[in-house]
Amino acid sequence: MKSSTLRQLAPVSAFYVLVLATPTLLSYDYYYLSILTMAGIIAIIVMGLNLLLGFAGQISLGHAALFGISAYTTAVMTATYGFPLAVGMLSGVGLTAVVALVVGMPVLKLKGYYLAMATLGFGLIVYIFFNEAIALTGGPSGFVGIPQLHFGGFTFDSELSYFFLVWTTVTVVLLISLNLIHSRIGRALMALHASDKAAQSMGINVARYKLFIFVLSAIFAGIAGVLYAHYLSFVAPSSFGFHFSVQLITMVVLGGMASLWGGIAGTVFLTAMPEFLRAYENMEVIIYGLILILCMMYLPQGMAGGVSKLVALVRRRLGRA
Amino acid sequence: MPERSGVDKDVILSCQAVHVRFGGVMALTDVDFDVREGTITALIGPNGAGKTTLLNVVSGMVTSTEGAVHLLGQDMTRSPAWKRAQAGAVRTFQNLEVFTTMNVLENVMTGVHRVVRYGALSALFKTPAFFQGERRCRELAEEKLAFVGLKGDWNLPAGELPYGRQRLLELARALAAQPRILLLDEPAAGLNTAETRTLAGLIRRVRDELGITVAIVEHDMDLIMGVSDAITVLHFGKVIASGTPAEIQKNPEVVAAYLGEEAE
Repeated sequence: MKSSTLRQLAPVSAFYVLVLATPTLLSYDYYYLSILTMAGIIAIIVMGLNLLLGFAGQISLGHAALFGISAYTTAVMTATYGFPLAVGMLSGVGLTAVVALVVGMPVLKLKGYYLAMATLGFGLIVYIFFNEAIALTGGPSGFVGIPQLHFGGFTFDSELSYFFLVWTTVTVVLLISLNLIHSRIGRALMALHASDKAAQSMGINVARYKLFIFVLSAIFAGIAGVLYAHYLSFVAPSSFGFHFSVQLITMVVLGGMASLWGGIAGTVFLTAMPEFLRAYENMEVIIYGLILILCMMYLPQGMAGGVSKLVALVRRRLGRA
Repeated sequence: MPERSGVDKDVILSCQAVHVRFGGVMALTDVDFDVREGTITALIGPNGAGKTTLLNVVSGMVTSTEGAVHLLGQDMTRSPAWKRAQAGAVRTFQNLEVFTTMNVLENVMTGVHRVVRYGALSALFKTPAFFQGERRCRELAEEKLAFVGLKGDWNLPAGELPYGRQRLLELARALAAQPRILLLDEPAAGLNTAETRTLAGLIRRVRDELGITVAIVEHDMDLIMGVSDAITVLHFGKVIASGTPAEIQKNPEVVAAYLGEEAE
């Protein structure tokens, strides 16, 4: 058991070293760092969605809304009502979890397309609420003046400090997610994905596990939401719409279903790519779509699957030589 | 013939006057089926007799239209499948339901789910309870894999095992749940003669060495007559006979049902 823990801890540590080295590698280019900070925030949602979709096999098109609920909650609590940051952030994550619990109880009885439709409906309702509850959210023009994060005497006001904050959070979330999937709970989730009937026959309370992982993934989205709100100090409904939910799913699938590492790679890739395609103004969307199509054609298991195929190929070549 | 009584302490599973209707079709009519603790009890019958339906009623996959199911001393007529499994009634499937995406060892470790417990927080933050639990999980899983004689690479994805070995894997997974009663749905389906003989030995060892009661639905007559202590015969959704293998073999109604003749 200890050796398996080590096998898991080693890549995560290596990953964190890479995180620490990244600003130097990018020679402190704040433009690139800000893209990566955004990618990190999204990666936290994607990891939760991957647990839900990739491992437990339950789809959600409502995660953008959960992300938004958290961002707006901390915004309203801290900026409108002047609560301390910690209170705002905790209530953001807490409310997201409660909403997920209440929505998840009836909705998770559905399967496949029906679950997709129901979560989509939830997302749309929340999106409309963000737009229409103008007194609370500021409506379509957005909510301004969200305070910057500070803990103790330290304010996260520089691009560099926020980059470290976000990617340290990513690392922690990654670690506990890996812990979860290599436990009896992770096995129960994969089991109910593979065969609902057989999972029940092992005494697994399928409904409860689905709800658990839905709420946990909502908590991850909530953590991302508060980090997002206090990073930009501005939120608007357009960031939390249907389009973003679809993007999140794309990141999970492109990165590799049931691969947390793949999910992070997919997120960074899809967040950074539009920035590099900006040079080709009018062609941007077409190239983006083309890359997606090609990836799905040639990497059906996502980036993670592609890498493991490549490793296997290299091993075979080396073995023959 | 014991009368309809769930009160008998030896009776670990008792179905009383079970009816199952699918739309206009009566799949089961007034079925009584008892399994005594410590026995291997078989449920046989021609194709479409309702054997698997009855097993589904027992395991909670199908809810009976009428009648009662007493399992392990509790009325579980309306309990969901997972609760029955939690109580100690664990089944296998005719059409294999191994977790194909997980490896062999993980499949069996999933079976241990109801036996070794630790909470979500222990899993997320790897508390000592997690390490202790996982060690126990793995020990129990390895023990059961050895018990069914599944050798080879346990890190292989379960979906890549040949058919016969997937059957053994399913059995190991069910045993890992440490059931009090094991429900086997056509465990010999698709196995060759040699594999079936091995299976018969295994089923006997499950009763004798592990002390687990076995209820088995099966087509293979040689297997059934060889291992069973008691047999119930279903025909067109009704019980036509119950008794020891010797009694069943001599029963004219049973012979007629299998040969497709009208009983006198």
